[in-house]
Amino acid sequence: MATTTQKSAEAKLNSYSTGPDDKGFFGLFGGRFVAETLMPLILELERAYSAAKADPTFQAEIDFLNLHYAGRPSPLYFAERMTNELGGAKIYFKRDELNHTGSHKINNCLGQILLARRMGKTRIIAETGAGQHGVAVATVCAKYGIGCEIYMGATDIERQAPNVARMKLLGAKLNPVTSGAGTLKDAMNEALRDWVTNVRDTYYLIGTAAGPHPYPAMVRDFQSIIGKETREQMLAAEGRLPDTLVACIGGGSNSIGLFHPFLDDKDVAIYGVEAGGHGLDVENGHAASMTGGTPGVLHGNRTYLLQDADGQILEGHSISAGLDYPGVGPEHAWLKDTGRVTYVAITDNEALAALQVCTRLEGIIPALEPSHALAHVIKLAATLPKDNLLVMNLCGRGDKDLFSVAKALGMKI
Amino acid sequence: MAAPTRIDARFAALRKSGRKALVTFVSAGDPDLETSAAIIAGLPKAGADIIEIGMPFSDPMADGPAVQASSLRALKAGQTMIKTLAMVRRFREADADTPIVLMGYYNPIYVYGTARFIADAKAAGVDGLIVVDVPPEADDEVCLPAVEAGLNFIRLATPTTDDVRLPAVLKNTSGFVYYVSITGITGAAAPVVNDVHDQVKRIKRQTDIPVVVGFGVRSGEQARAIAAGADGVVVGSAIIDRIEKSLDSNGKATTSTVANVLDMVHELASAMRA
Repeated sequence: MATTTQKSAEAKLNSYSTGPDDKGFFGLFGGRFVAETLMPLILELERAYSAAKADPTFQAEIDFLNLHYAGRPSPLYFAERMTNELGGAKIYFKRDELNHTGSHKINNCLGQILLARRMGKTRIIAETGAGQHGVAVATVCAKYGIGCEIYMGATDIERQAPNVARMKLLGAKLNPVTSGAGTLKDAMNEALRDWVTNVRDTYYLIGTAAGPHPYPAMVRDFQSIIGKETREQMLAAEGRLPDTLVACIGGGSNSIGLFHPFLDDKDVAIYGVEAGGHGLDVENGHAASMTGGTPGVLHGNRTYLLQDADGQILEGHSISAGLDYPGVGPEHAWLKDTGRVTYVAITDNEALAALQVCTRLEGIIPALEPSHALAHVIKLAATLPKDNLLVMNLCGRGDKDLFSVAKALGMKI
Repeated sequence: MAAPTRIDARFAALRKSGRKALVTFVSAGDPDLETSAAIIAGLPKAGADIIEIGMPFSDPMADGPAVQASSLRALKAGQTMIKTLAMVRRFREADADTPIVLMGYYNPIYVYGTARFIADAKAAGVDGLIVVDVPPEADDEVCLPAVEAGLNFIRLATPTTDDVRLPAVLKNTSGFVYYVSITGITGAAAPVVNDVHDQVKRIKRQTDIPVVVGFGVRSGEQARAIAAGADGVVVGSAIIDRIEKSLDSNGKATTSTVANVLDMVHELASAMRA
């Protein structure tokens, strides 16, 4: 008996899945770096989320919505032609692009809208980059009849026109943000300014596993359905766990959702793929905050950031609006420093090439975001043995990117 | 009990003469280093009792359009933390008494190196710090080392800081408490004077530290009315608007920039002393 207790205590000490601590830290990263006006609300949110997590009816509501509204579980699909073409690892796609609204973002929005309702909030705000989160927010707000305002960079509004139309159709008020480069970072600044002004009735529905505690842990929890399903589905398909996981990272919500349930399975190799833009050697030309940035504090958490030597945040660049963010979720920053996850960068051109390979070989048009993960799979698969089970999270569909992709490829539509 | 700072001495002197503090805010290096240094050098004579200097940051999340623009103007003109600290040193050589408070966001401090920043700020003649995005829950990050070094750490209390939370906010605060008069960003809607006075009373029930009110104070008349129920007021966005209006079409300082700003501070000070 004593040995068992000792063993489980040791297991916990060596675990990668018990964070964050009670102040919201994953090692050095995370925390709650917000203005005093927001602090009481952040604490209230933490209490409300803890209570909801402990309430079986809350999880039951999420399970019901996942099944009947989002269309979960998403399939685990064997990508046979890509596997044969690359000649190495057996490649599976976790098909989160088949969810209602077209990406993994709905997983988190369903959880948070239920929480906002429990907290009695009557107004929802959100930031969005590619518009996938904005669409998911507008969707759940329509479903529950709650008014919402979405902050979106003016640059992103231009390159994600279909999602802009969807949000408007769903009844969301879209606030274009022109400060900075008009991308996700600037949208998040404006959303925070709105929140600090309307703190009493407003719920800020953050779309990625970043921001002040408890957001990184909460968003991760809601997204972990991806990894939990993958685990069960792979056991059913192959009788064992996968050997390799690959997912793209902007803020890092789809990737932490896939990775988290596997962090303590030491034999599972895990790769996070950042946006390398024009290349890591091009100053301010990429959005790879971990492979090309340094630690700092922004948007409520300490994490890796793209910044200059004076601590000013850089805009970064990626062809993918959803990855075009100068920070990353704090749990990823910690997983990088502990070495549990290997983070790599993929350039715009590599992602575009991978998108075409997948489209032609599998008949699936992926979004530009998971095309980064695909590009790394293309590099990696051939180096792995044929019995290596590889899962890539296909976290979004490419419909929204048709205009940008056509433009980049010189196609006329 | 820590040794009294210039801020403590200034409030003691104001109390003796029955006056309220006029705290002025400008961003360091806005619109350029020399103009900014000239504005700051002229502030005490124009009537500022305490000078708050913003450390420019690319992403000022708690600030309204005026302070955002001033921060970006300064960065565009090449302002850095090293230059900001050098400005304070230069000011201090000519003025041994007027308290200087540096206000800003955590990241530029963190990247400069918090220990190095505190040592350099103290050596330059800084008296107090306001770091907007570091709450009392993270006091070990900047607040405690700053207090240890003899700097005042000034915390914001807001309308959402209720009586249960207030002791945590006041615990390591010194110099003064900065009461944020509205829920919102700097330079937003004007506060309702009577509400603000009630809130200041609420804070004063829990502390003897002076309470200064800021956010949304734009005119001499308003400053006077709000200060009547507090120990002082902060004026920032309204002064920065004056800088912006004085610039030429390329956003550069003109010969009237410094005088325009100092005239406004003089008007504010006169209204408060009337």
